[in-house]
Amino acid sequence: MKLDVNGQVHDIASEPDTPLLYVLRDELHLNGAKYGCGLGQCGACTVLADGEAIFSCVTPVAALGGRRITTLEGLGTAARPGAVQRAFIEEQAAQCGFCIPGMIVRAEALLRAHPDPTEAQIRTALQPHLCRCGTHMRILKAVRRAAKA
Amino acid sequence: MTLIVAACASTEAPRPKVAAPRPAADKALLARGEALAALGNCRTCHTLPDGKSYAGGVPFKTAFGTVYSTNITPDVESGIGAWTEAEFIRAMREGVDREGHNLYPVFPYDHFTHVTDDDDRAIYAYLMSRTPVKARHPHNELVFPVNIRASMSVWKKLYFKPGPHQDDPARSRAYNRGAYLVDGLGHCGGCHTPRNAAGAEVPGRELDGGEAEGWHAYAINARSQAPTPWTEATLTAYLKHGWQADHGVSRGPMAPVTDELGDVPEEDLRAIATYLVTLMGSRAAEPAPAAAQAAPSEGAAIYAGACAQCHDGTQPLPFGGIALPQSIGVSGESPRNLFNVILYGLPPAEGEAAPMMPAFEGALDDRQLTQLAAWLRVRFSRREPWTEAQLEHELREARRKGGEGARYPAGGNAIDPAKGS
Repeated sequence: MKLDVNGQVHDIASEPDTPLLYVLRDELHLNGAKYGCGLGQCGACTVLADGEAIFSCVTPVAALGGRRITTLEGLGTAARPGAVQRAFIEEQAAQCGFCIPGMIVRAEALLRAHPDPTEAQIRTALQPHLCRCGTHMRILKAVRRAAKA
Repeated sequence: MTLIVAACASTEAPRPKVAAPRPAADKALLARGEALAALGNCRTCHTLPDGKSYAGGVPFKTAFGTVYSTNITPDVESGIGAWTEAEFIRAMREGVDREGHNLYPVFPYDHFTHVTDDDDRAIYAYLMSRTPVKARHPHNELVFPVNIRASMSVWKKLYFKPGPHQDDPARSRAYNRGAYLVDGLGHCGGCHTPRNAAGAEVPGRELDGGEAEGWHAYAINARSQAPTPWTEATLTAYLKHGWQADHGVSRGPMAPVTDELGDVPEEDLRAIATYLVTLMGSRAAEPAPAAAQAAPSEGAAIYAGACAQCHDGTQPLPFGGIALPQSIGVSGESPRNLFNVILYGLPPAEGEAAPMMPAFEGALDDRQLTQLAAWLRVRFSRREPWTEAQLEHELREARRKGGEGARYPAGGNAIDPAKGS
């Protein structure tokens, strides 16, 4: 099948029931999305499908033909980070950093739908994401900063 | 209509609000009142999310407009602090407020009328012992003529059968206790009985299955579709813990019900189970359908990639997902609840270990969702396949309601996984 990732169409060899996360990491070598729990409970694997945040670890690639996937890599590069990525860097919002790609992608989805979110909207949006180290206040600040950028 | 309305309007004059005499603080009475308030699940309808318990203000969207639940804390101005015990009992018995005006049957007095004076007294004592909360709420937004409270007299004449519960002398004490709790304070029929166009429970169809906050409330009588028949022991455990190994976790609007029941005397829960299991009757558990029955479809691939990790039956409940041959979501008469859980998931409980499920709202489109549901039904249930029209309609409804009743964390909060089996 064909899969549109970050604006590029790829031929996918994996079985149709393979979760998108494995296709991204193992076949396309896009390692931005992380494997955390594999059960859709931690949010580290979050990517966008047509702008909506989804858990790539529990979404089979068969469900995504014809949808535009955006991963962390699609939001910017190390040299030219996107607005949300820049805000996370400026607020130093990562501690161990494992959960941050999912948080950044989720924040991107939030800000596309609500460019000026309330504090409650930010907290509700980030609710599906677990962070075990604890930069929560910085993460919230980064999302607020990105909204103002 | 105007004439009828005028004729039925209350004639009692408004009375000033002064604090009613408080019942004596009797520990045993308060404990009984607390258990009864939990059995009646007063808290869920009378408490806003993140609001103070019993302070009301929850909007109920009916076909006739929105009704806001009232403040039932003992605040004199905005709550029931001025209500005497007799006025409280009259409200439960007859569905009228302190001044005799009709209450809307969103407050289930069609059931509460069966509650004994003794039980009403205990509930009153318990509520009056709570911390008073000052909380005023928006006025109800109802269409004419329903917006005139007196119009409820017509409704009451047609649908309200006041009076105490009648025991069946041929049945056991537990059965009669269960019937009293189910038909009265528990007001199970409020959700589990279908309603007519006037919003009244359809006589003769008690517990045949109804609707609650966008969820199908399953039949809990002889029409029960549970793939594994309920027993007194499994139903008691489910009501107590919010989950049971053969049946899964309580979810949607049932989750707060089982949360409330957790601390109720087990004897009462067993009585409810005795009564309901008698209504359901006994039948043999059905074997799961053979894999070969389901033709390969896109639904199979979605199940393998999205559902099987948790639902293949290898992870124990309540934290693992239920094996789908045991799921009433898959075997129930309507696919509504299956769509609700797939679309909106089961939100995690804050600060507690509790079952959860991720939401697939953004991941799967309508065609994929209907294909998945159709495939799950054929693969994991012995019931008739759902029709395409039924699948499309129920999915549309599940989306239209936007998961309003999906905000509740699943049952089984703070549970010991060793229980419930």
